[in-house]
Amino acid sequence: MLEITHLTKRYGRNEAVLKELDLHVEGNSVVAIVGASGAGKSTLLRCINRLVEPSSGSIKLNGHELVNLKGGDLRRARRKIGMVFQGFNLLDRLTVMENVLAGRLGYVSLYQAVMRRYPPADIERAFTLMERVGIAHYANKRADELSGGERQRVGVVRALMQEPDVLLADEPTASLDPRTSEQIMVLLQSLASELSLPVLINIHNVTQAKAYTERIVGLRHGKMIFDGTPAEFNQGALDAIYGGIESPDETHGDAEQGALP
Amino acid sequence: MVDHAQKLANRVWQRHSRKQRLSRYGVFFVTLLVVVWAVRDIDIFWPWVWDAPTQIANLGGRMWPPSAAGLGAIIRALIETVHIATLATFLTIFIALPVSYIAAQNTTPNRACLWLGRFILVASRSVNTIIWALLFVAIFGPGVLAGILAIAFRSIGFIGKLMGEAIEEIDRRPVEAMQATGASKAKVIAYAIVPQVMPAFFAIVILRWDINIRESTVLGLVGAGGIGVILQSAIDTFAWPTVATILLAIIVLVLIGEAITGLLRRRVM
Amino acid sequence: MTPQRHWQKPPFIQNPWLRYGLWAGATLYLLWALGSLPFDWTRIAEGLPRAARIFSGGFPPSFERFDLLVTGFKESLQIALLATLLGVGLSIPCAVMAARNISPLPVYLLGRAIIILSRSFHPVIVAILFVAAVGFGPLAGIITLTLYSIGFVGKLLAEEIEEIDWGQVEAVRAAGGGFMAMLCYAVFPQILPRQVGLSMYQLDSNLRASAVVGIVGAGGIGSTLMNAFGRYDYAFAFAILLIIIAVILVSEGISGWVRKKIW
Repeated sequence: MLEITHLTKRYGRNEAVLKELDLHVEGNSVVAIVGASGAGKSTLLRCINRLVEPSSGSIKLNGHELVNLKGGDLRRARRKIGMVFQGFNLLDRLTVMENVLAGRLGYVSLYQAVMRRYPPADIERAFTLMERVGIAHYANKRADELSGGERQRVGVVRALMQEPDVLLADEPTASLDPRTSEQIMVLLQSLASELSLPVLINIHNVTQAKAYTERIVGLRHGKMIFDGTPAEFNQGALDAIYGGIESPDETHGDAEQGALP
Repeated sequence: MVDHAQKLANRVWQRHSRKQRLSRYGVFFVTLLVVVWAVRDIDIFWPWVWDAPTQIANLGGRMWPPSAAGLGAIIRALIETVHIATLATFLTIFIALPVSYIAAQNTTPNRACLWLGRFILVASRSVNTIIWALLFVAIFGPGVLAGILAIAFRSIGFIGKLMGEAIEEIDRRPVEAMQATGASKAKVIAYAIVPQVMPAFFAIVILRWDINIRESTVLGLVGAGGIGVILQSAIDTFAWPTVATILLAIIVLVLIGEAITGLLRRRVM
Repeated sequence: MTPQRHWQKPPFIQNPWLRYGLWAGATLYLLWALGSLPFDWTRIAEGLPRAARIFSGGFPPSFERFDLLVTGFKESLQIALLATLLGVGLSIPCAVMAARNISPLPVYLLGRAIIILSRSFHPVIVAILFVAAVGFGPLAGIITLTLYSIGFVGKLLAEEIEEIDWGQVEAVRAAGGGFMAMLCYAVFPQILPRQVGLSMYQLDSNLRASAVVGIVGAGGIGSTLMNAFGRYDYAFAFAILLIIIAVILVSEGISGWVRKKIW
């Protein structure tokens, strides 16, 4: 359960990127966060795992306050928060298996990490997850030898290896072609329900947001201006969020392939 | 009727604009002044300059044919030179890596460390190997320890600077991802930074070893071990044919060093 | 419960013989090298107290003989300037000779030989030889650094020439231009920017080297430093060192600025 209260982020003396944002995510929902570029989507996600420092406000994960953690406490909190990145952020020169096991870095000792001697339970879990997403046969291949969709799947498995309490996905499909991005969205949605995991997904593609998530949060200039179901997300909402800033991404082509009825 | 001659007379092409020409002349003039000053002020006995080619040829003649006397000692000294270069490069790695870590803007813990790291690297690079050797000979006496330390201290700046630049040029995204998993700083370095700088590391160390082989040949001239010691004594005793042999031996050593580094580079990269 | 799977990181060197062989070889080499080198441990043990004495004697640095410092540096600067000028000037014909694409094979081989010979020896060794040939003083230093410059600049310039746009050469030839015309119109304009950058770099390099060739008697601040060490005047030596570092830093800064301006 993620509880964000009055979250504000300001860079220097510029206008705040996030303005007193309140967000409550319960249990196992898949939440899409939409908004134009600069609306604060990425900043919001990165404030949760403190890759960006909030200027003020509170973020509580299962009752634990995250905002003022430091050092070892921060690391222990971070390992419970999985993140999937737009650029995949893989360790290119290492094998897929090492990339995936890197998700356990918050749990193993330095010796185990450097010597690559992970507990057998971790290795078993790694294989299981890789088979689930379909990349187990790449275990010893270098990460940069995989295609875009496969690389993002490695990123997803890495995040899941942390056994997180919440999964953050920062525009996970923006670097992928339409068909592959559908596959990733389907994957995120099914994994969320299989593992009973709350998921926050930053996304540009409004069609995919409506198809694969249960709740859409719309940001504009750092403020939340829409919070509702995909059904409620109509043209009015779209205009309110994107209007005058940019045209949202609304691919329809391959959407029919994997879309829910 | 149009006056073609008049038109042609007005069409002048110049390679450089007036401003460009002025600055070109300016630079040329300043350079000329500097050269004239240098030539006139320098403490050279000009008759010797005209005599120089003869003297050089003379010396060359005295060095021919190269003498095979003392070849055993020469080869032993060559091996000693290689040892000095190799041990010093090995030693340098342990010091240069932490210094490069704190001298890189993206990994340094704080500004004080950054300036400390940069200062160490600049000091190491600015002081020539031979000068380091002089210092260490004064401290530890003549011998190979002075030589090893001299080469090592000079190499710290070389390897440290290039490794620091390699660290600054890494892709930051894997670093971000590892931090997001809750990894400690050491683990982030081990997974996100080290693999990215490995190729550069090997290339830099191999290159420096090659340079160090060359540098080690002259350490003996100030008493810091290696083949320079034998070279210096041969010169002091005017044993020019022996000098020629030693020079040939040095060329062979340098060529072998180049061959080895070429091989390593192909295999490791 | 199904038996758990295992995984091990595939090692960098697949062949176990080669892998362990390299480890063993490296360890053996280290032991051999350390063992066979003559360490005079008694003398070395005196090292740290000596170091303390030297550093306390050398600190603070003494600028009393400032005029000697200035003369020494002036000479180093003159050596560097003249050597760079001569060296860079001579390196152009050498580079032209050593460029495979514009020189016939025998000329190419000669050019390459000159460059390789100029590079093989450490400038200090070359300095000693020239001191023996033409006597102590800056003349030996200038000749040494000229050769050093030819070796360095010539090699880079030759590689530069080998990578020029051949179309420009063809254009000049097609218009009827001879060898000199080709050089002046097709080759030099393409390599000139790099040439200036290289010259600046070489001036900087020669300034550093000139500080060192003096140690073997080829003039410049190196001689001054050598004398100071010889007299155990560590305070003066430290002062000289500080000035050397300062001059190198300034020169590096200037050459970097100039190269940025013309690039």
